[in-house]
Amino acid sequence: MTPNTTPKRELRVRPIENGTVIDHITAGQSLNVLRILGIPDSSEDVVSVVINALGKYGKKDVVKIENRELNVREVDKISLIAPNAVINIIRNFDVFEKKQVVIPENAEGVVRCINPNCISNSSEPVTSKFTITSVGDRISLRCEYCERVISENIATHLL
Amino acid sequence: MTFKDLHIISMKDFSRDTIDHILNTAEKLEPVARGVERSDLLDRKVLSLLFFEPSTRTRMSFETAMIRLGGRVLNLGSVEASSIAKGETLADTIRVVEGYSDAIVLRHPKEGSARMASELASVPIINGGDGAGHHPTQTFLDLYTIRRESHLDGVKIALAGDLKYGRTVHSLCYALSLYNAEITLVSPKELRLPDEIIGDLKRRNIKVKQTDSIEEAISDVEVLYVTRIQKERFPDPAEYNKVASSLLITPALLENADPKLKIMHPLPRVNEIDPRVDETEHACYFNQSFYGVPVRMALLSLVMGALE
Repeated sequence: MTPNTTPKRELRVRPIENGTVIDHITAGQSLNVLRILGIPDSSEDVVSVVINALGKYGKKDVVKIENRELNVREVDKISLIAPNAVINIIRNFDVFEKKQVVIPENAEGVVRCINPNCISNSSEPVTSKFTITSVGDRISLRCEYCERVISENIATHLL
Repeated sequence: MTFKDLHIISMKDFSRDTIDHILNTAEKLEPVARGVERSDLLDRKVLSLLFFEPSTRTRMSFETAMIRLGGRVLNLGSVEASSIAKGETLADTIRVVEGYSDAIVLRHPKEGSARMASELASVPIINGGDGAGHHPTQTFLDLYTIRRESHLDGVKIALAGDLKYGRTVHSLCYALSLYNAEITLVSPKELRLPDEIIGDLKRRNIKVKQTDSIEEAISDVEVLYVTRIQKERFPDPAEYNKVASSLLITPALLENADPKLKIMHPLPRVNEIDPRVDETEHACYFNQSFYGVPVRMALLSLVMGALE
């Protein structure tokens, strides 16, 4: 008998009726996505997380949030740590809208500059501002004040 | 390009054409800077100097530039005696002082402070040094010195000393890349130019060589730019002495140099250059500090709209 090479698809998380499915999150980043969304404090409904699921292009994470749709600012933040993420808005068990995140050109008040001596880390009334460049999956943020570049562990610098 | 109300924050904001225009303007104003000609180009204009950190050359050359052009200068005075000591933010200070001035020169210990000030002020902000960040008027005067004392386009230049932390060197490297310079970097391993800057230069097709031997570098350059090595960068004083003496510029070292070689230094020097070098044709660091005056006159006249 020929062994079946196709892995058997299992339903790890049940479909949701209304809410958002964030798919194709860079493997290992789902907990940071939850942090961006302020979960659990910001949602009382069920949130399901799949870590290291096998996707078409290797491992990925998936987050399903019931009864919540994301705002632009949240999606922009997610794009910085999971540039391939796809946001599916689910209404009545159907995919109402499906969109890949788009990395914005600028980020304002989203990330803290890594330079402790930057004016944006002082008591001055100033919001952090970065210009974003990306080559493939690699994202760099250049501070518009001190010009320091953040290209690693972006999640740890999110505000 | 309109210069009126332009902020002078970082060399990266300037194209080669713009820099050339500023240097040409400085050259025209040089006789005024020397006191040979008189000018009232900035008559009744007021420049405020907000220096939150000590400065001699930058502050004084801005003052003399303004006075030589018939303008007036307001000084913040000591930080301890001002409203800053009462806890006023820089943002508020800028919004108050802009009401008293036609332009503001700001030196502040925080990187990015001048950029922030430029977002708040309706008068031009000139960055007089923001922490370890930028000091563009120094770079303009360095370029002017190279142009006046040697030549800028394709210049063969060695930068020696602390290339890691020296902010003047970082801005200068960027500016030199606009002039197809051939750059030799001379420094001990601990104080090498950061890789990201070397990468930037190479991407712009600039020839860059690295060495720790000043003897090797000096035979084949037209300009030698020396910077101060700060003792506090070395945990071991013996190590500092070793490094400092290996980069010392002496008359003996200069025997192998091009007779037209020019030596620059942003000053203050400690002991990087033997005082006997001052008497040679190579020394141009005191000229360099003077050139800060015509260059700052040019910048002030342009941003205040007295010249186009």
